[in-house]
Amino acid sequence: MAFSRSQGIDKVYTNKYKWVKARESIAEKALFLCALVSVLALALITAYIFIKGTPIIFKTGLSDFIFNKNWSPDPANAEPSFGILPMILASLFATIGSVTAGSFIGIFTAVFLVEIAPTFFVKILKPSIELLAGIPSVVFGFFGLVVIVPLIREHFGPPGNSLLAVIIILTFMILPTIINISQTAIKAVPAEFKEGSLALGASHIQTIFKVILPAAKSGILAAVVLGMGRAIGETMAVILVAGNSTLMPKSLLSPVRTLTANIALEMGYAFGDHENALFATGVILFIFIMLINILFSTLVNKAGGYNEK
Amino acid sequence: MMNKIANDATNNVKFSAKQLNLWYGDVQALKDINIDIEENEVTALIGPSGCGKSTFIKTLNRMNDLISNVVIKGEVLLDGFNIYKDFDVVDLRKRVGMVFQKPNPFPMSIYDNVAYGPRIHGIKDKKQLNDIVEKSLKNAALWNEVKDRLKHNALSISGGQQQRLCIARVLAIEPEVVLMDEPTSALDPISTLKIEDLIHELKEKYTIVIVTHNMQQAGRISDKTAFFLHGSIVEYEDTEKIFSVPTDSRTEDYITGRFG
Amino acid sequence: MKNKNRLGDNFLKAIIWMLSFITIGFLIWILLYIFIKGLPHISLRFLTSPNNSKNDGIFPMIYNTFFIVLASLAISVPLGIGAAIYLVEYSKPSKTIKVIKAVRFAVETLSGIPSILFGLFGLIFFVTILKFGFSILAGALTLSIMVLPTIIRTTEEALKSVPDSYREGSFALGATKLITIKKIILPSAIPGILTAVILSIGRIVGETAAVYLTAGTGRNIASGFMDSGRTLSVHLYILAKEGISFDKAYATAAVLIIIIAIINMTASGLATRMKK
Repeated sequence: MAFSRSQGIDKVYTNKYKWVKARESIAEKALFLCALVSVLALALITAYIFIKGTPIIFKTGLSDFIFNKNWSPDPANAEPSFGILPMILASLFATIGSVTAGSFIGIFTAVFLVEIAPTFFVKILKPSIELLAGIPSVVFGFFGLVVIVPLIREHFGPPGNSLLAVIIILTFMILPTIINISQTAIKAVPAEFKEGSLALGASHIQTIFKVILPAAKSGILAAVVLGMGRAIGETMAVILVAGNSTLMPKSLLSPVRTLTANIALEMGYAFGDHENALFATGVILFIFIMLINILFSTLVNKAGGYNEK
Repeated sequence: MMNKIANDATNNVKFSAKQLNLWYGDVQALKDINIDIEENEVTALIGPSGCGKSTFIKTLNRMNDLISNVVIKGEVLLDGFNIYKDFDVVDLRKRVGMVFQKPNPFPMSIYDNVAYGPRIHGIKDKKQLNDIVEKSLKNAALWNEVKDRLKHNALSISGGQQQRLCIARVLAIEPEVVLMDEPTSALDPISTLKIEDLIHELKEKYTIVIVTHNMQQAGRISDKTAFFLHGSIVEYEDTEKIFSVPTDSRTEDYITGRFG
Repeated sequence: MKNKNRLGDNFLKAIIWMLSFITIGFLIWILLYIFIKGLPHISLRFLTSPNNSKNDGIFPMIYNTFFIVLASLAISVPLGIGAAIYLVEYSKPSKTIKVIKAVRFAVETLSGIPSILFGLFGLIFFVTILKFGFSILAGALTLSIMVLPTIIRTTEEALKSVPDSYREGSFALGATKLITIKKIILPSAIPGILTAVILSIGRIVGETAAVYLTAGTGRNIASGFMDSGRTLSVHLYILAKEGISFDKAYATAAVLIIIIAIINMTASGLATRMKK
């Protein structure tokens, strides 16, 4: 058998390609390092916050830290106390309140957008929600300070800075998140479900509540959880309207201080144990958020459903 | 299965596969393939879906390297050199070009599509590139139709033109072999005929291996045909012979449409 | 029977309309209020004056905001695109599966961490331990970690949407992976990446907590990376908290909203142009 020899000298493996191969390999490693940065960042963040924060939790005693109502960290005190129960409760109530209100308003607005609103309305509503989403949190806080707080003071008595104000502000801050993700979930429900229901004589509203919303369950759940994450993590806006009292919240009108506000307010001048206690507040916050994420994952797996969003 | 080398002794062997076996994970897709593909001829690979013809042709330019759980045993030789041991894959693919079933022009101008290959292989001179583009488009029988819109986006021309553009793109790197994986199955009959004519002209300069599920096409354009079945080559013959007096009964059944 | 259902239906419908109006209503309320009270106080002088004992302009804040945005993008965009390219284009071999899972987990988790915790980290790591002090550098590093997940995710989507047939065609012509990425895949993905970048800009401009704890509250133009400098959001926060000047606060808020609106419009303008 004769093999043809075509023209050209370097038919076999040459040095030229060794160089190309080296370059490819270096590039791959460089890109790998880029990917590792996020892992590194997460590791560092977790490490530093926990390293700085956990010792004082154990020094004070875990149950003491969480359940003590007394936050007086000033080292000038005879016995500085690092109980964060008032903050935990404030964050909890603020989150529950705003997520409930936000979900109610948000899910129905999403339904409105997808199923009910006439087209011209959608054209106005959609960009409005996007604009709302883009407004910086500090602007919300400012608006809360100059409008909402005086309103509360007028109608319900001083001081106005209160848990209620926080809930109101947070509700509207998380609204765009809930609306957008719920919208996607509702849109993703196969048209066949809706058609099937209508064909059986159900009204539009009945179809929405009995077929579409249940089908969009997991997506809507995701929206709510994301909203929850945002609510619990909000800081600056909350500080401007909350009143920042370290006493236990007694009612909707009590001035409160959330976990996040606690950190931001005192970080500027804290040192020593006080500073560590603020990091410890951060640790507790971190754990809460992890718990919410885990809750989310398990709920999504349970809800299953038709939407893989 | 014995392969039959054509009696035509004046042609050289371009590609030679020896005891080629290929697995996708646990599934064996090619079994003991032995075949000599001759230079400056059109070799057609036919057979029912899933018989291994596409897998085989993708082995010839090592496109199977891109799939992660592929295991290959045996040898494939290009001009007597082992394509895995003796060639760098980039160099191999410069010599062995491929045209795909669905035309896949890049989202850039017609000119840039054709110039892509030469550019990445080091040609920067404008005049040289212009010449190569013109020559390749002419050889692909597309020049007259697009010469006034070389800067237009390649996605703006018809499907048949896009496929000829892909052929021009391959010709621009001056390969020795052109592999075609069902190049006309996504095209209309008129474009198909144009490309078949093109293939006929191309074989003067290139070696062509074409996978096709259209037996009439194989009969029209190829010099030799290999019939694949369940990962093996059942019969490999001059096209005239295989379509008129096939040796194996399975070949006959396939050709006469009893299955496939 | 039919009437009863009708009544219930209409009631629910009314509630739905009402709740949606609440959403728009609030937006209109907040925009109108801030613009009506703020726009009168925006003057050219306001926008271009420094901020010291004699002036209360916001030029330094505008400058610092841009400065920190550019610095953060300069860090996060290359890193984010690089990470996304690795995740999408190099993820085949099974030996890297563990790494890729770790990276995805990190990206998911990072995107859920509130900004105050980023600020805390930035404070202890960049400001204190690495001794950068309150500075644009510390702020930019912190912010880039914050926006990294968004950039990685969006770039990943953009890369994934490039059809595999382009990759095959390029490899078949003898191109290496790098060349294919550089000449075919990235150019196709650029519109998506650009949207991610613009959205990140919006997020950085609106960010307060993390910047407050890392870039400090200096009222002057940050002349270098190591200078501290207040951004617009931080400035608004301080004005509001200290009750210094509500007029200027309204004006600053209005400026912030206008900047964000411009950024959003650019992003959606790009998005519609991309659809061509």
